[in-house]
Amino acid sequence: MSEKLIREKIAELKDLAEKSNVDLSRECMEMEAKLGASRSPENEAWVRVELARHPERPTTLQYAERIFDDFVELHGDRGYGDDPALVGGIAILAGRPVTFFGHQKGRNMKENMKRNFGMAHPEGYRKAMRLAAQAAKFGRPILTFIDTPGAYPGVSGEDRGISQAIANNMKQFSELAVPIVVTILGEGGSGGAIGIGLGDTVLMMENAYYSVITPEGCASILLRDPTKARYSASLLKLTPQDMLAFKVIDRIVTEPPAGAHGDLAGASAAIKTAILESLEELSRMGTDALISRRHEKYLSLGVFQEQEARRRSLLQRLRDFF
Amino acid sequence: MREFRGIQGWIRGLTVHPVQKKRDERLFIDEKHSCPSCQRPLGAEELETTLYVCPHCRHHFRLTAWERIRYTADEGVFQELSADMETTNPLAFPEYEQKLAAAVRKTGIKEAVVTGLCKVNGREVVLAVMDFRFIGGSMGSVVGEKIMRAMLVGAEKKLPVIVFTSSGGARMQEGILSLMQMAKTSVATQALEKNRCPYFVVLTDPTTAGVLASFAMLGDVILAEPGALMRFAGARVVAGTIKEKVPDNFPLSQYHMERGFIDMVVPREELKKTLGFLLATHPVPPGGKG
Repeated sequence: MSEKLIREKIAELKDLAEKSNVDLSRECMEMEAKLGASRSPENEAWVRVELARHPERPTTLQYAERIFDDFVELHGDRGYGDDPALVGGIAILAGRPVTFFGHQKGRNMKENMKRNFGMAHPEGYRKAMRLAAQAAKFGRPILTFIDTPGAYPGVSGEDRGISQAIANNMKQFSELAVPIVVTILGEGGSGGAIGIGLGDTVLMMENAYYSVITPEGCASILLRDPTKARYSASLLKLTPQDMLAFKVIDRIVTEPPAGAHGDLAGASAAIKTAILESLEELSRMGTDALISRRHEKYLSLGVFQEQEARRRSLLQRLRDFF
Repeated sequence: MREFRGIQGWIRGLTVHPVQKKRDERLFIDEKHSCPSCQRPLGAEELETTLYVCPHCRHHFRLTAWERIRYTADEGVFQELSADMETTNPLAFPEYEQKLAAAVRKTGIKEAVVTGLCKVNGREVVLAVMDFRFIGGSMGSVVGEKIMRAMLVGAEKKLPVIVFTSSGGARMQEGILSLMQMAKTSVATQALEKNRCPYFVVLTDPTTAGVLASFAMLGDVILAEPGALMRFAGARVVAGTIKEKVPDNFPLSQYHMERGFIDMVVPREELKKTLGFLLATHPVPPGGKG
């Protein structure tokens, strides 16, 4: 059966389930597992993109409800307003206080209008910065959750300095004296993602992507054909496996067989375990070691050619500059 | 110019270029121009006397990296840093090598930024100049690395760092590695912060996307040339994502100054004087961590 047919079948089943009020979730899951089996290497990247954008993909707040013992949401950047597309607050994780923030998509059109489809404005990034600084003050670890097609690209974002907000976050996050664990939940969209994406450990869900530009954007700019998104997704090397190979992430979080969109409880448990293990590891490091490791990690990302000796001696000396 | 101490290992890739006030024919794109803004024909000789600003409509032409260095650095030497760094094709992106080769042929430089040590108004500085002709001035691994190293040299030698930006943003052909250069260059500004080294940015036309949203927005003082396009998202991305129509030449530097995101819009003929003022008012205090 072709991928398209399976998808249609799943949609049909879900529709039927809704109308007739019968529980068909097991059937749906089976179909979706079949969909997984139909993945060819060429389709691999595009499948990640589609699943990352799955309408039933759980959102940051849905995960927060399941991962944390308790949490409160805190609002506002103390300068302009509150951004519903980037939420955050203080939570209790396995008995200990943490600070968290992440992009928030909606689960239907009405919610998405409110959440701006997870495309945050400058005030969202500044709220994240405020919460991050607060976390550092009180020694709380920071958990960030990434799920955005990109920062909001419209004029209102330009007007309030989206570029400045993202740049400043990257600069300041590199110095925060508490562990930062980043989890890429779904879409890791470019500057909008890295704006809250600097951390000591970066986790990435199995069905997520991380990219400098959307496959559609790349297709329309480089290939001059917006319909070639599937092809450009494979060129961009945006899957979790690619990210591991480039050392951009540290660990892939395996999703339950039905995917995070089919098994929220299972996915939440997997994320919680991965975060707790990461925090455990990071908590063994002293603050200075933590920060210099963070510097070294980001200052050494990139691939190019040069005399090897020169590159090595640079890395050895990095610590002296900070 | 002083001898380098420390950082020997990786700074050794120095190439020394003379900075002459005499016009270098090879540096100019064309002998004859017409102004892209008012369309009036202009000769290279005439433009040379106006620093490539249209005498009729004040349009500021884009400059090549070496022209900019010539207009900015004092007469003497420009010691180029990281001159032997080579761009590779880490994603095996189709046609990337050809694109790079064509850009090298067209521009005579190896990547979209030239970095080095020189004097500006008598003060030794680290200067980094981007060149839009090289694949739209886009930032891949080499551009990010060279910008970062320019900052680290500034931190180690306690020198001011001046960056002229001109870029379409991150280089798509290097995928996620390009996005990571935003993080790399932003983190590197902390080295200047901790060593209390001045960091001045001059935004030139155009500075957008991944470059604007990283080191370009982090200067202690941010200057911009008049009419320089500065935006986070390109018109095509905006149209494709949110169906909003944005004019091609919006927003410009003046707009950002009015909204509080840059310090000054400075006409080209006053740039050197303004930089001179900033350098004179920013001695590097002793101490710091470097």
